[in-house]
Amino acid sequence: MKLDRLGALLTAAGALALLTLPFVVFKANRIVPGDPRTLLQVLPAWAALGCYALLLAVAASALVADDARIRLLAALAGVVVVALAAAAAGNALTPPGNKVVRIAPGAAWWVLLIALGLLATDAATRLRPPPALRVLFLVVCVAVAWLALAHGTFDHLSIMREYAVNAARFAHEAARHVSLAAGSLGAALAAGLPLGILCHRVPRLRGATLGVLNVIQTVPAIALFGILMAPLGLLAAAVPLAAALGVRGIGAAPAAVALFLYSLLPIVANTVAGLKRVSHAAVEAAHGMGMTNAQVLRRIELPLALPVILTGVRVVLVQNIGMVTIAALIGGGGLGTFVFQGIGQTAIDLVLLGAIPIVVLAFSAAVLLDALVEVMDHTRR
Amino acid sequence: MITIEKLSKRYGATTVVDGVSMEIARNSLTVIVGTSGSGKSTLLRMVNRLVEPSSGRVLIEGRDTREEPAHLLRRRIGYAIQGHGLFPHRTVAENIATVPRLLGWDDARIRARVAELLRAFQLDPALYAGQFPHQLSGGQQQRVGVARALAAEPAVLLMDEPFGALDPIIRAKAQEDLLEVRQRFGTTIVLVTHDMDEAFRLGDHVAVMSEGRVLQYDRPAALLTQPADPFVSRMTGMADRALRLLALIPAGEAAAPGADGGPEVVSTATLRDVLSELVWRGVDSVRVVDPDGRPRGRLTVAAILARGRP
Repeated sequence: MKLDRLGALLTAAGALALLTLPFVVFKANRIVPGDPRTLLQVLPAWAALGCYALLLAVAASALVADDARIRLLAALAGVVVVALAAAAAGNALTPPGNKVVRIAPGAAWWVLLIALGLLATDAATRLRPPPALRVLFLVVCVAVAWLALAHGTFDHLSIMREYAVNAARFAHEAARHVSLAAGSLGAALAAGLPLGILCHRVPRLRGATLGVLNVIQTVPAIALFGILMAPLGLLAAAVPLAAALGVRGIGAAPAAVALFLYSLLPIVANTVAGLKRVSHAAVEAAHGMGMTNAQVLRRIELPLALPVILTGVRVVLVQNIGMVTIAALIGGGGLGTFVFQGIGQTAIDLVLLGAIPIVVLAFSAAVLLDALVEVMDHTRR
Repeated sequence: MITIEKLSKRYGATTVVDGVSMEIARNSLTVIVGTSGSGKSTLLRMVNRLVEPSSGRVLIEGRDTREEPAHLLRRRIGYAIQGHGLFPHRTVAENIATVPRLLGWDDARIRARVAELLRAFQLDPALYAGQFPHQLSGGQQQRVGVARALAAEPAVLLMDEPFGALDPIIRAKAQEDLLEVRQRFGTTIVLVTHDMDEAFRLGDHVAVMSEGRVLQYDRPAALLTQPADPFVSRMTGMADRALRLLALIPAGEAAAPGADGGPEVVSTATLRDVLSELVWRGVDSVRVVDPDGRPRGRLTVAAILARGRP
């Protein structure tokens, strides 16, 4: 039997973390430093030992199992065990009715989760599931997590405590986050596609346009917000309609404009690259058979360039979901609000309340668009 | 039926096509042959206005091609190019249906035409209609490319190095197919190539181009026997011109009455093939028979040799 190298590494990391680091941290309130606890200290002995046994089984499959399906199932089962153990620890450590104590997952918990996540990703990569199956898998995972959260399984953990306090704002900021990311993508598509097509047709325009967009891309996000503050503030002051539409020097407007500018380069560059990739003979034949320029573009060039353009859309969407976070700094809203509030209050749980959904959103967007690109590329080769 | 009048194309100071005039007869297969950079492709592309002439004009059936918008003109003219140019995201049937769809044919008519063309090119519609170009072999792709060019029953078919990307065996088959298609659909074909063998094998008329000018436009045999220009002689090849000439004459045409012995050859074979057979077998004469076996007469070495000189 051959020892799996990645499995060995992850098992060692998980075991070391479990033996030396706290599984959960008990805090009397959200600000004070915590009190580390191991699994054995917080759960009844039978439950703690049961968890250890289950994790041992996962480790065994990670070490020796050849079948990627078994490895994937074991990793997912491990995630469930670790998550439920944390939930149980939260329930056990919280005095009834107490809303002040914070039970936060400890360093060992995070190490285990990352190790199991890597194990699952590795197994999923080996399986090479078709696009539809990947999307289905994502939907099932998100749905299970959603159901558990809605059911209140994790209500006694610190992050969910922060959520309970911020529930009303959370939905609003999450919606704002998504609409800023998707809205600026939409605007970038509306402007970037025609610009990309134009750059493809007029080679002289290409270098200049891509050069300018490249420079914009190198401006740090915070600096771009700052640069946009003055002109947008002036615009709002001079044009009442703009002010009425919510355009101001700070807030969502400069964030949306900055994200739009960042989105342009991947969209335009990929449109140009995609059109360039289209078989010259096919375009020549299309013209030769009597298609008009618009027909050649719509029926031949754009469909054949679509996979590359969608790759650009994927880059933009994932990039935007991450970058919207910083919009909170200039009052643009979004999940970044919690991140920066949490930093300000040294409340790490509040930071995580903002950060974890951002990671989940970006990951989901990547999986969805990767699947879409693959489907398109397959049928439109 | 295609009249080219003093057609020129200039890009800045460079003249690519220089005052070409040609008459191309209905149902003929005309080959334009020349080295690369001779302007042959540009000349062809001015016929369907993929390239707009700088001066001169093209008439098809007496009508100036500039009378209608270029894209409408092109829908009436078949166009096949090197590397076939099939649309990779469309099935074989959709590819062939391109021009009929542009012309607004109804679905039933398009389906019937696609099936007819696929069968004409020895591709079973049930098997190939739904396939994508990348699933076909190179030869099949090329056949679909020609079928697509013929889809809307054009009176004129323009072909730009259509067999350039094929290996020699598939290329020979494609050339045979083209001659058959021409018989079957009665299309006027103008074909551009740099390959003199191909020009001789296919063309009723061959135009030799160099530096934007047509040096000679004539029957293939005349290019050999009465070259208008040293360049034409070089293009047609001095060393084997006698054999090329023999290769243009079918045995049936040269056969003399008589029925004495010797091996049998079919009347569609060229004199070059017959001569090769005579040399190989070490005999002096052959009997010529039609493909259906009827005797056509005899051919002697002396008779063949007599045809191999001007």
